[in-house]
Amino acid sequence: MSRTSQPGARAPKLRTWHWPELLFIAPFLILYVTFLLFPMAWGFWMSFNYYDLFAGFSEYIGLENYQQLFADQIYRRAVVNTFVFVAITVPPLVILGLLIALVLNRQTWWSAVLRTLFFGSTVLSVTIVTLIWRGVYLPQKGLLDNFLNAIGVGGIGILQDPNLALVGIAVTTVWWGIGLPMVLFLAALQQVPGEIYEAAKLDNASPWQTLWSITIPSIWRTVVLVIIIQIIAHFQVFGQINLMTGGGPNNSTRSMVQFIYESGFRQWTAGFASAAAQVLFVIMVIAAGLQFWASRRKQEF
Amino acid sequence: MATAGKTVGMPLGERLALIAVILLAILWLLPLVWVTGVSLKNNTELVVNPGAVFSAPYTIQNYIDLTKTSALGTWFRNSLIVSLSHTVLVLIVSCLAGYGFARIEFPGRNAVFIFSLVGLAIPGQAIIVPLHSFFNAFDLHNTYAALIIPGIATPFGIFLMTAYFRAIPAEIEEAARLDNASRFKIFWAIALPLAVPAMATLGIFTFLGTWNDYLWPLISATRPEMYTLTVGLAATQTNIDQSEGLGYLMAQSVFAGLPMLILYIFFQKYVVRAVAGAAIR
Repeated sequence: MSRTSQPGARAPKLRTWHWPELLFIAPFLILYVTFLLFPMAWGFWMSFNYYDLFAGFSEYIGLENYQQLFADQIYRRAVVNTFVFVAITVPPLVILGLLIALVLNRQTWWSAVLRTLFFGSTVLSVTIVTLIWRGVYLPQKGLLDNFLNAIGVGGIGILQDPNLALVGIAVTTVWWGIGLPMVLFLAALQQVPGEIYEAAKLDNASPWQTLWSITIPSIWRTVVLVIIIQIIAHFQVFGQINLMTGGGPNNSTRSMVQFIYESGFRQWTAGFASAAAQVLFVIMVIAAGLQFWASRRKQEF
Repeated sequence: MATAGKTVGMPLGERLALIAVILLAILWLLPLVWVTGVSLKNNTELVVNPGAVFSAPYTIQNYIDLTKTSALGTWFRNSLIVSLSHTVLVLIVSCLAGYGFARIEFPGRNAVFIFSLVGLAIPGQAIIVPLHSFFNAFDLHNTYAALIIPGIATPFGIFLMTAYFRAIPAEIEEAARLDNASRFKIFWAIALPLAVPAMATLGIFTFLGTWNDYLWPLISATRPEMYTLTVGLAATQTNIDQSEGLGYLMAQSVFAGLPMLILYIFFQKYVVRAVAGAAIR
């Protein structure tokens, strides 16, 4: 590789790689295998074992953890709760997110202020959000019960009611998480070429027609993507539940991740908790596959 | 007054949508206003009359008590140390590997790259049990190391940085390569400065995620002096239902949330871009 090659001669072929250059990726690979792949594999192995973390004792028991898991009433309840939570959280996040994005997709100072407000709650940590909302939901003393008392309905103590507690947590979650779907929809709306709207105007299309036959189809890929992203995120719900109800009252809000946390770090049954973690992992892999498929589909409707 | 003029000309449906969003905005703001109000009230007055939030007198006594008795300062410092160190390490590891995957054509590169992305499908929650045992085996819980190290090798960071470095034309580096400059020198002097936007995305996203992380520090940091802000605040709210210090508790949430909100308002454009970019990948 000399610099004195003759003009007109073929450029010297650069050697594509040297051994020391693998140091670029070595730190990543070492940490990746040690702190992500190895724990994953170990967790898989753990799920076939009985672990006593205090005695440091373990024994291979085959599928027993899984049998015990699927027979566990509380776990079944947690699976149902998680699906219900996703079902009542994702639609409002997507629909309200889209509504807010449609209305705030304009260059005015007040839409900028409202965008800031709706995304602002997203940057708060889960403990701050739950501290605020536990205050709002406090029986009799909180904002909600104060309001209900004032209009004559009477306080409900929403987090203490087994039928309403999950709804209360879902409302908090929508308040916390609306920012992300909103900004994703706003980004998609800005990609829609303005000429299409001009053409629709010339055709005397009503705003309603324009929305359903132009706007929604143009951003359909983002709609699908947002739905999948939200499903993945809320399947893993833990913090709000652990902090607001601890899974109660009467297991009515316990989620799958909280089940893993409690069996692993409250009962210290690591093998059993790992079996529950493998189930979560399988569901997440399916969801990640869906996301991959959705984000790579080329055509818009 | 241009906006007012536009609103008048709006069709009915659009006007209804606008009203709905304004109502939503009020609903979104209400908890924040209420919490701020409660934090400025005398605790005994709140016990007697919880409805007194929206009327004077107000006091900053809760905030004064906070600075005297609360451990928020310690937890705040822990969160800062953990989040900053973690973010810097993620950036170093991801930039190096991203550049390596984008530019160094070693045999089997694509296979190793795909192997590195497999981890995208592993949710953090799925590995907390073995990860806890792992750090336990080295007696590392209740140390900064345990809070900082997990997640430094993030497949998302590799994905983002590799894509970014690949998009930079290789010709930019060719002159330097003909000069026999080392790869690292080229990376440091030429490629890295061009990758600052991607680093900002990854950095902000990582910092926010670490600052707000709850599950791992909850498991790993069990001594109050090692709590991060999220875990510390979680510990203070366990008895909220019986608490007679509601104003004090809410002052804590305002105090803890304010720095993040202020940072967000100043760097809004970058924060939004980072979070949205990370979600789409």
